[in-house]
Amino acid sequence: MAERSFAREVEDLTLGDGELFRGEGILAITKALLQSGVSYVGGYQGSPISHLMDVLADAKPVLDDLGVHFESSASEAAAAAMLAASINYSLRGAVTWKSTAGTNVASDALTNLASSGVKGGALIILGEDYGEGSSIPQERSHAFAMKSQMWLLDPRPNLESIVKSVEDGFELSEASNTPVMLQVRIRACHVHGQFVAKDNRKPAFTMREALENPIRDLNRIVLPPQSITVHDREKLEQRWPAALDFIRERQLNEFFGPEEGPVGIVLQGGMYNSVIRALQLLGLADSYGNTSVPLYVLNVTYPLLDDEVVRFCQSKRAVLMVEEGHPDYLEQAVNTALRRKDVQTRVAGKDRLPLGGDYTASVLMKGIQSFLDEFEPQMLGNRPPLPSADAVLGSPQVKALAEVVPARPAGFCTGCPERPIFAAMKLVEKELGQHHISADIGCHLFSILPPFNIGGSTMGYGLGPASASAFNVPAGKRPISVMGDGGFWHNGLNTSVGNAVYNKHDGVIMIVDNHYSAATGGQDILSSRAENPLRSTNNSITKAVQGIGAKWVRQIDRTYDVSKMRDTLKAALTSDVEGPKVIVASSECMLNKQRREKPLFSKGVKDGKRMVRQRFGVDEDTCTGDHACIRLSGCPSLSLKHLDDPLRDDPVASIDNTCVGCGNCGEVSEAAVLCPSFYRADIIYNPTRLDRVVAKLRGAVIGFFQRRRAARRIAFA
Amino acid sequence: MTVPFEKPIAIAILAMGGQGGGVLADWIVSMAEAQGWAAQSTSVPGVAQRTGATIYYVELLRPSADGKMPVLSLMPTPGDVDIVLAAEFMEAGRSMMRGLVTPDRTTLIASTHRSYAVGEKEMPGDGTSDPQMVADASGIAARRSIVFDMQRLAEKNGSVISSAMFGALAGAAVLPFGRAAFEDAIRAGGKGVEASLRAFAAAFERAEQGAADPVQRKPTPVEAAVPEKSDHPKLDALLIRLRMAVPLGVQPITFAGLKKVVDWQDPSYGEEYLDRLAALHKLDVEAGGANRDYAFTEAAAKYLANAMTYDDVIRVADLKTRATRFDRVRKEIGAKAEQVVYTTEYMHPRMEEVAGTLPARMGRWLTANRPLYNRLDRFFSKGRHVKTGTLFWFAGLYVVSALKPMRRGMLRHEMETAHVARWLDTATGVLPTNYDLATAVLGARRLIKGYSDTHSRGLTKFDKVMSAVPLLSMRADGGQWLGRLVQAALADEAGSTLDAALQTIHSFADSAPA
Repeated sequence: MAERSFAREVEDLTLGDGELFRGEGILAITKALLQSGVSYVGGYQGSPISHLMDVLADAKPVLDDLGVHFESSASEAAAAAMLAASINYSLRGAVTWKSTAGTNVASDALTNLASSGVKGGALIILGEDYGEGSSIPQERSHAFAMKSQMWLLDPRPNLESIVKSVEDGFELSEASNTPVMLQVRIRACHVHGQFVAKDNRKPAFTMREALENPIRDLNRIVLPPQSITVHDREKLEQRWPAALDFIRERQLNEFFGPEEGPVGIVLQGGMYNSVIRALQLLGLADSYGNTSVPLYVLNVTYPLLDDEVVRFCQSKRAVLMVEEGHPDYLEQAVNTALRRKDVQTRVAGKDRLPLGGDYTASVLMKGIQSFLDEFEPQMLGNRPPLPSADAVLGSPQVKALAEVVPARPAGFCTGCPERPIFAAMKLVEKELGQHHISADIGCHLFSILPPFNIGGSTMGYGLGPASASAFNVPAGKRPISVMGDGGFWHNGLNTSVGNAVYNKHDGVIMIVDNHYSAATGGQDILSSRAENPLRSTNNSITKAVQGIGAKWVRQIDRTYDVSKMRDTLKAALTSDVEGPKVIVASSECMLNKQRREKPLFSKGVKDGKRMVRQRFGVDEDTCTGDHACIRLSGCPSLSLKHLDDPLRDDPVASIDNTCVGCGNCGEVSEAAVLCPSFYRADIIYNPTRLDRVVAKLRGAVIGFFQRRRAARRIAFA
Repeated sequence: MTVPFEKPIAIAILAMGGQGGGVLADWIVSMAEAQGWAAQSTSVPGVAQRTGATIYYVELLRPSADGKMPVLSLMPTPGDVDIVLAAEFMEAGRSMMRGLVTPDRTTLIASTHRSYAVGEKEMPGDGTSDPQMVADASGIAARRSIVFDMQRLAEKNGSVISSAMFGALAGAAVLPFGRAAFEDAIRAGGKGVEASLRAFAAAFERAEQGAADPVQRKPTPVEAAVPEKSDHPKLDALLIRLRMAVPLGVQPITFAGLKKVVDWQDPSYGEEYLDRLAALHKLDVEAGGANRDYAFTEAAAKYLANAMTYDDVIRVADLKTRATRFDRVRKEIGAKAEQVVYTTEYMHPRMEEVAGTLPARMGRWLTANRPLYNRLDRFFSKGRHVKTGTLFWFAGLYVVSALKPMRRGMLRHEMETAHVARWLDTATGVLPTNYDLATAVLGARRLIKGYSDTHSRGLTKFDKVMSAVPLLSMRADGGQWLGRLVQAALADEAGSTLDAALQTIHSFADSAPA
């Protein structure tokens, strides 16, 4: 079950010709796939394309109706390999993942796919997660396109252009027998906009027809000598020229503004809105994108059409290349194209725009201003006042904010079952000293941040234990590595656990099993506990680990038992058993659990059923304000409260009503012997008659003693 | 040539994951679209959806006369934002640090409530940020500020903060849409409509009146006036003694201390408190405390009370079994009258607590007898889930708290009393020569807090701070330095900041005798 239900969005997927689609970029892409007559779709979830996968997962009836096969791939490599269906058959296929993290994983398959070439359109939709808010390395998909000779689309970030790019992408792929990558930046994935829909198209040629009429062509198989005598030659002599012809004839790249001008701007399609905003602020464009500076918008950033580049540049004194990210692949390519034709137009670019980072409107505004200042200053003629916050930012009051505004890193959700695992790890470290800890990708990576500050490296999804593999030497301490269930099934079973078993690695492997691929939005995976009618779930991680040869394996089915977590971890660190010591720490992701249980609870209460809700609290009388509990938790619902008691200096811990009663607070304070301030309150909704009678009886006896003592107590009121 | 650029309305929403910033952005978009405007919103959720800070950005503009859609930006430009909505007060600070709030155009709509970041919460002392600095900055950065506690207003109306913020946006009258358009957007959303509209209306009203509530890092401590009379002659006697023991200005804090001490034990313990305080005050007078508003006495009144009411098992058992506590729990968790509530306490008594509760001699003997002590420790020291609302467990706690009359003969009391004596000796020792330092020595008591490990960590830090007293005694600024050491001790758990600060003190003590 994914984090969000897309039942309503699925309705948008059935919009017909002429109807107006309003919504998020990623949903528009999904709709575009169906309008393009796609036969199969696969992918691996991850921001910012998780919603595409989730919508399709919820859209089974629509897909069945169109005869589209959809699957949640085990990894990006599996998704890329899926495109092999388009090598021999005229089947349109699309896959999607988060780039560049996913493209790295998929590269093996992509290399071979690009070598074989495709008959049916093969589209790879990349959620480009570059810049602010990104959780992955600051690399570019562009390099993958260049090295494998796949074409890269980077459409203008509005729904109409993106949808058109999907449709164009399939045709380009078929016209040039080459897989096509479509990159959509994170903000474009989440942009709300609109486009006029078309009818969905059933694929002309079905998966079933293909399967029942197999085709085999030796020339499409990657093996010497084909790869060099056929594929390499095809790439250079047929596919590339065919792609150039298609891009040129179909005018996939766009020109805006006056045809002639002393200067111009060449830009990636994805940069269009920011460039226009910069021009608007400089007084060089109106609200609707009419610009007085000629623009050459590369909706296809690879390959580059040398003749188009020359045509745009040759009459101009200078052009500015707007290319986000590094290295400056496009700037180099533009320069090469101009040099080959001996065109002397100056190419400005990274000499006045930042080498890396987001190209925001204000960054571009400064870059374009500096470019025009040098090459065509009279364009800046009337020079409207430019928006700037410099004066405010320079004021002492705003500068002083740097001291008080706290960093707010992402952390574990309220009630997260991973919190007690790291609390236990901290307790073990207090006892046995600091250890080398290899982290992995997933929610559990939040352990590297305060308050836990655990983990020294993260190498890739499912690679946590593998990244500790060098530390397999006799020593006084063992390395600990962490991996989530998502990473485990993505890659970790073999690359991390198999590797450790085979090499008799002596370290401890902590597998954090929260029943979902939680960080990407709570999608089901092999070991998910829910019954999923479309997929095979409930496949045990413990059995898989044992099956691959691990001897010392412990499964903990309630991570909130901090003492048990701590003792198991200690046992793993001290066991004599050879080979990796594997702990599978398993409790359901609280976000998903609450989503499922909260409505049921409310309904139960509404129906008058006896329901018990648990939440935690802190007795402010006994809390001394040391906050050791917070340093072992970081739970959003565990916060601070200032008292108005003149005898107190420090705020006390306090739990708000968002507490879900996971139990971590109590278990931690008990395991770490913190303090007796925590209490759990069991609130019985719709108590039964028995509940009421027992409560009354207890209340009477307890009340008697309480009154008795209160009467005898001599104290100021 | 192009027509002039008509600037779209730019709105930035700063929120934390889970605060409903997305819902707010969606409402704005659907409202604008329903009014025939072009609207574009973007966000960068990613991992920020898990409690991190994030920005939603919305731009609105009318399509051109011939129906052409505007080209809108996907991210805010500093100096170009018309409206900033901050769903938490430090996030309002963040919006200013990012240059999104400028005096020529920006209306800042911010909730004054605080949601503390981990970095603020995890400090052993008080690591919370001062919201006044954000208020000061908004005074110069924003064209107009509308600030009030939208979180509480939303809760009071059974809704969430996004509806209150939407109401504040409408009430601020900065968008060219009428109130009905806003309310229609909420209705079209279809979820929790009634509660949302209630919170919306309440916030609308506050914003319309231009709410600018003051902010405060923490409440001002309430020092109750010393009452004329109580309901018991023994207490009345104490009140009379109090008035004689300390000067007027120090009486309210002394009364707070007295109240706590009497509640902790009995009126005669209160007498002991006043005796000690009177003795300390006498020394204060001799040291010329009159010129310093008797700061030494005031610190003594506060910290002596805290020291004398240390947390032991009797105290915990007493507090947990009181009727007032039962009521407070019900109130805190918001239980309704018809609901039944039981509490479970998470306790982990250790052998130290058991030995501490024995008569002093027996406790000392047991502590010295390690094999027996350790054997017993294995039996006693384990986590116990105490269900206070059941007769068995209530009786257990009740019996423990009934040991109170014997408390002053117990080992723990002997230890605490000795510690207090040493502490007061240090303070009175430097009082004649260094008044400020002596006062600061009393304040260092703040470091002793918590239970078990936390308590011993606090004691260690306290001892370290005390070790600096001889080095500082001859310095005029010795009191300030000791205060700095206390702050350093509260800066991190391990005490590394304290160690560094101590090193500084040692270095200047070594180099130049002041």
